[in-house]
Amino acid sequence: MKVIDIEKASVRELNQALHDQHVECTEREWEVTGVKGDHNLAVGLDEAISVHIKGHAGYYCAGMNKKANIVVHGNAGQGVAENMMSGSVRVVGDASQSAGATAHGGLLVIEGNAGARCGISLKGADIVVKGNVGHMSCFMAQAGTLVVCGDAGDALGDSLYETHIYVKGSVKSLGADCVEKEMRAEHVQELTDLLNRAGVDEDPAAFKRYGSARNLYNFKVDNASAY
Amino acid sequence: MCGIVGLYLKNPALESQLGALFEPMLISMTDRGPDSAGFAIYGDEVPDGWIKLTLRHHDLEYSWQALADKIKQTLSCDVDWFSNHCVAVFKVQAAAAAVENVIAEAGDDVLILSAGQSIEILKEKGLPQEIAAKFNLSGMKGTHIIGHTRMATESAVTMEGSHPFSTGMDLCLVHNGSLSNHNRLRLELERQGVKFVTENDSEVAAGYLTWRLREGDTLNEALKNALKDLDGFFTFTIGTRDGFAVMRDPIACKPAVLAETDDYVAMASEYQALTTLPGIENAKVWEPEPATVYVWERGQ
Repeated sequence: MKVIDIEKASVRELNQALHDQHVECTEREWEVTGVKGDHNLAVGLDEAISVHIKGHAGYYCAGMNKKANIVVHGNAGQGVAENMMSGSVRVVGDASQSAGATAHGGLLVIEGNAGARCGISLKGADIVVKGNVGHMSCFMAQAGTLVVCGDAGDALGDSLYETHIYVKGSVKSLGADCVEKEMRAEHVQELTDLLNRAGVDEDPAAFKRYGSARNLYNFKVDNASAY
Repeated sequence: MCGIVGLYLKNPALESQLGALFEPMLISMTDRGPDSAGFAIYGDEVPDGWIKLTLRHHDLEYSWQALADKIKQTLSCDVDWFSNHCVAVFKVQAAAAAVENVIAEAGDDVLILSAGQSIEILKEKGLPQEIAAKFNLSGMKGTHIIGHTRMATESAVTMEGSHPFSTGMDLCLVHNGSLSNHNRLRLELERQGVKFVTENDSEVAAGYLTWRLREGDTLNEALKNALKDLDGFFTFTIGTRDGFAVMRDPIACKPAVLAETDDYVAMASEYQALTTLPGIENAKVWEPEPATVYVWERGQ
């Protein structure tokens, strides 16, 4: 295992060392110490390596991740795993706003709570939050899955496209065009698989499913007279 | 973008270290606000019947002694004062309005940065590190302190436009964000007799709270009303005589982190600013909810 102390090395040096693994992978296990809320830790990785970040991370941690498995042993600031393509990111503590924003693929697990706008504009990644999510989560989310084992804040799934949302607890309010939907066998299966992948022990039958009513998809002909 | 930091001590044993604990918090927010910085420190209270004013004069050679003599003669009262760089703290056994009148009549361009029994506001243009050094922040004692590092967007980079803004006796406000209805609101508040010295949007938020409190709102009510009447983005930290309050707008896109231990409650725009505090590794760390008023005060 290679340990990088970012009280000694810079974040730029850390990220360069991790990017170099894409050219020639010399080390699969990495640990980052001396972490004190630094921004942009382990961003843009493109190799199947494991990175353990020991401490609270700042903004955009593990952004644009490809293939790597990244664990934040603490809280994560805004935009953790934003635009992730593949691999996995696990936050042992809480995550701030916009966790998993625009992520295309991979798995984001947040063991604590996530702030506002979790999974905003999600494009295909899977997000599992063991705690609660804040307001406007999955705003304009297009594909992928959000699982919330706790409660969801206001305006869940506002202007939603085809992301699947599963919530075990209460939903403070649903956003425009987001509705509760029937939990069919294939959804229980999807949720069961995802909970297993995330290593989260919850009963899939206790969840409700939310999705798009698809009323915002098309131009309403009733509005034609406005032109 | 701006940075906000606040530190409220629960353990009185730390009061002699307040400035030393706070200085690295302020400096760590330089990335968020390199234009100007300021802080409001609470402590060293004057007794009832006295008023404490933080005054500023642009001329370092200005004679504070002459001003003190003038107040003493005009009001026939005791005056203690000390200066710190370009500001002076005056402790006067008289009513605030009477002292402010004497200062205005003296016509010396003395600015009143704060008034109360506990508060002192110090702020300047420049890097947080330079301002902390200028006022010897690390040597300051007190019960609680809030500070701000500014990256100006809405108005000019001036000392007057820097934070904290006084919002009444022992009250002040720091702001991260931008208000979109500040021009209209300023006109309305001016009609209510609230005075403004800058085009700054945050000063309007401060003036709004001044007005609501004058109308009889509690701090909590004033902040709840602010949620209705202020349009825009904000994370506010409000210093009070006994503690501080934190509130974010309903959208909550401006960041805020809180940390609490048995010894203190700390607030910052980013977690980075909290990492030098003792025991932060085991502190309860969380983000304040949107449109929610958080208050920590002595005696609660």
